[in-house]
Amino acid sequence: MTAPGIIGAHEAGLTGCTLCGHVAPAGTRHCARCGARLHPVDLRSLQRVWAWWLAGLICYVPANLYPMLRTSTLVGTQTNTIAGGALELAEHGSWVVAAIVFIASIMIPIGKFAAIAYLSLAVARERGPGGHRQLRLYEVVDFIGRWSMIDVFVVAILSSLVQLGFVASIHPGPAAVAFAMSVAFTMLSAQSFDSRLIWRVPAVPSSAASGRAVPGEAQPADAGPKPSIS
Amino acid sequence: MCVQNASIPKAAAPGDMIACPECDALLRAVPLGPTERARCPRCGSLLVSPRVRSFLQVVALAFTALILMMAAVFFPFLGIAAHGLSHESSVIEVALAFSDGWLAPLSVAVLAVIVGLPMLRFCAIIYVLWPLANGRPAWPKARAAFRLAEGLTPWSMAEIFIVGTAVALVKIGGLATISIGPAFWAFCGLVIVTTLKNAFMSRWSIWAALERS
Repeated sequence: MTAPGIIGAHEAGLTGCTLCGHVAPAGTRHCARCGARLHPVDLRSLQRVWAWWLAGLICYVPANLYPMLRTSTLVGTQTNTIAGGALELAEHGSWVVAAIVFIASIMIPIGKFAAIAYLSLAVARERGPGGHRQLRLYEVVDFIGRWSMIDVFVVAILSSLVQLGFVASIHPGPAAVAFAMSVAFTMLSAQSFDSRLIWRVPAVPSSAASGRAVPGEAQPADAGPKPSIS
Repeated sequence: MCVQNASIPKAAAPGDMIACPECDALLRAVPLGPTERARCPRCGSLLVSPRVRSFLQVVALAFTALILMMAAVFFPFLGIAAHGLSHESSVIEVALAFSDGWLAPLSVAVLAVIVGLPMLRFCAIIYVLWPLANGRPAWPKARAAFRLAEGLTPWSMAEIFIVGTAVALVKIGGLATISIGPAFWAFCGLVIVTTLKNAFMSRWSIWAALERS
């Protein structure tokens, strides 16, 4: 998978800054260029991923059990959970919106839990670099996580707008808080995941590592790959 | 031009190299033309984006976004009318929908992600780029300010709020008459301006400029 001749900064005894890309000798605490804290590529960083992941999962349970919305109209009061809201939209025939709500508030959160767990388990097994498939998955998870907040905003807009006294009024339910916390925690979990672990080579002395030390196999520094420029 | 051998980095100055923030590939930094971009040869993530647009354009877009945000906050956002009753709400009132009882902290969080954090981010970007755009040395704490702006990016959710508005409108569209206020359009403009600003902003050249100054 790995392009030939590319090594990671940590294999060269250096630490790369995850914010600006600046390279510093291993053990440096703060990046000399941007001042960010430097994190060595280390499996221990997965502990934070799992901690936020678990917090998000715990919050996700009440988010689905409790009502998201309480609608009071002339004919009575009705409560909606997350799944119920999507179903109701589908029954009214607004398929597109029902699909958006279903994807944003049910499929994305569940998919995110599964994807983060898969990535964390996969890099912890140290089978060597995982490559492009895992990185794509991580990028998708990292990008898409924020969009689950749609549901919280919909609840906020509906309950502030629909305040027509006895005719119709909408109030938020406890699930809104639980859901917002679940989304925030999974975002933090995805952000704590160190994507450099995907490319980490196991620390055992492998044939590739010893092969590089053979004289004659080492190439001049500027004969190797460079950033692809376009 | 990447480093081939583990012994070479000791000879080369670390300042000539970059480590891909996504996959840690160690590469040698090469000077680029203004329209060139550099990608990591291993994982394909964008390392250096083109810097045709100057810092001044980013500053201008950040100012535009700030002004649009003011309009979005203070003008009426949405109105509803049904059975002779009507109600109007602003963006602030939307956030305060959770303000009664123990849901109140969510109000603060919603207000933060749709108004507070985006504004803080625009201000930080202006603070960092204004002196650089005028060819002056960076103001104190500029690096911390730009780190803050970068860290806030995933937590600025204005564009998600607009999609949420669209979903909410469809949900109640058939039941009542909805009027869309100027704040809604200001918010839409804000999303476009923010996207343009992010596209024009070359992080690599900003860090390089901060390092030089």
